[in-house]
Amino acid sequence: MPECIGWHVIFITNSRGRQTHKREGGQSVCGAVVACHFPENQVQTIRTLTGVRMSSSANKPVISKKIDSHLLSLYEAFHFMGRFFREVVRGPFEFQELVRQCYQIGYRSLPLISLTGFITGMVFTKQSRPSLMEFGATSWLPSLVSIAIVRALAPLITSLISAGRVGSSIGAELGSMRVTEQIDAMEVSAVNPFRFLVVTRVLATTISIPILSFYCAIVGLMGSFLDVALNEETNIVAFFESAFEQITFLDIGSALVKAVAYGFTIGMVGCYKGYNAGQGTQGVGRAANTSVVLSMFLIFLEEVAIVQVTNWIR
Amino acid sequence: MIDKSTQPESSLPANTEMAISIRELYKSFGDLHVLRGVDLDVPKGKNVVVLGRSGTGKSVLIKIISGLLTADRGIVKVLGTEVSRLNEKQWRELRLKIGFSFQNSALYDSMTVRENLEFPLVRNVKNLSRAEINKSVEEVLDSVGLLRTINQMPSELSGGQRKRIGIARTLIMNPEIMLYDEPTAGLDPTTCIEINELINEVKERYHTSSILITHDLTCAKMTGDKLAMLLDGKFVRQGTFDEVFASDEEQIRSFYNYNFTENKV
Repeated sequence: MPECIGWHVIFITNSRGRQTHKREGGQSVCGAVVACHFPENQVQTIRTLTGVRMSSSANKPVISKKIDSHLLSLYEAFHFMGRFFREVVRGPFEFQELVRQCYQIGYRSLPLISLTGFITGMVFTKQSRPSLMEFGATSWLPSLVSIAIVRALAPLITSLISAGRVGSSIGAELGSMRVTEQIDAMEVSAVNPFRFLVVTRVLATTISIPILSFYCAIVGLMGSFLDVALNEETNIVAFFESAFEQITFLDIGSALVKAVAYGFTIGMVGCYKGYNAGQGTQGVGRAANTSVVLSMFLIFLEEVAIVQVTNWIR
Repeated sequence: MIDKSTQPESSLPANTEMAISIRELYKSFGDLHVLRGVDLDVPKGKNVVVLGRSGTGKSVLIKIISGLLTADRGIVKVLGTEVSRLNEKQWRELRLKIGFSFQNSALYDSMTVRENLEFPLVRNVKNLSRAEINKSVEEVLDSVGLLRTINQMPSELSGGQRKRIGIARTLIMNPEIMLYDEPTAGLDPTTCIEINELINEVKERYHTSSILITHDLTCAKMTGDKLAMLLDGKFVRQGTFDEVFASDEEQIRSFYNYNFTENKV
């Protein structure tokens, strides 16, 4: 296919009139609207190469060059995600690499998650105490803290820390592999780099983040217990009994859904940005940076959406 | 631009079987027309060296042959297969017969030399025992003279060693075609000669047909059975070393002079 050099709308249709977009590897996607600008003299070339009918709108942007470019990026991101799901079910599966990634992403994050989870639980308890004391309700501290930690803090803190630690690392690693032609080297040695690099990392984050979130919640409650034990008369059994009294199945379920969604987002964004990194060291830096920023932004959007849905259900 | 009619006939017999055959190949990046109707034949068992200035599309050419880039127009036949209409599975089968040595070696940073070499082998050849994998890795490492580096990381290797390991990683799959992208770039003269000797050894030992992309005329002279000079997106001269540089064309002369006279102190 000729390279995109700007933006206008091209509807590529197959013989049945459905829109198709010819991709690398010879596969076609039906129903896709491609906002893309090819040189006019190459339109005939596209028709010859793909054997599909094609019509083009006026030679101008659909909305504006910038918005069209964002829409195209969005299309490419969904295309990337679609490929992930196809590769997951297709196999063969890189199980060893998945285990290695789970170790790197999950196990090696434990110290950081332990520290932040513990401090969060303790600080949240300390800050909540004065307000509860005003109403003589300090006995509600375990319930309050556990609801806050299980429903919101544990998945959010874990995913934000992971977006910084894991997302940037995936973006930089894949970006640097792209720039140094290691991904091309895999491709020319008849190995599917997408399956080896992307599928394993996205699955590893999707599996590891929920486990880390659960671990973060436990550690956070331990931090809270320490503070409560230092200030009030309690023991660990009474504290946890009181803490879990108010936790429902929906709380745990929604926390799990959140953690899975955040894990998937961190892996997918990091891989997408790294895998498609531009050339040069600048491209690697940009991939690492945008992986973190975009992951965090999407995590907050998902947080709002999931909380809203949970509240409707509640 | 030199008229095609001025090109000397290749010394190869007309009925030679071709490993790679390219006709009227075009490739552009936006408004930049890199390849403008390239024709090239690589006979089986021969090394063809592609010469040309930076940015003339030499690497683009071998990336099209290996399927990393797609051509805008033209015919590329690799081992008799027209590549433009291959699907993913067919590409995979064809790539098993192609070895690609990258300019910067492209060794996998996070793996040892052993793991780098095993990587394509264990994924493409099923049911190999650990002993068979080890034997293949050790044999191919021995053939490039670097068996002692088997447990080292790529970061611990010199530039020349990385090139050799990069070549070894492709040889482990017993390719029929080798594509070398700037095999001697950034190496000292002695290491360059060692790499050139290795390229010739690979041809003899593995019976490969190769395309070498280089600016280095010493490399071209040592390894090339045939040379092709790429200027302005087209091959302007093809033939043996002496045939190509017998030209009076200014750009070809300056290319020769830079390598063999002006550049030497």
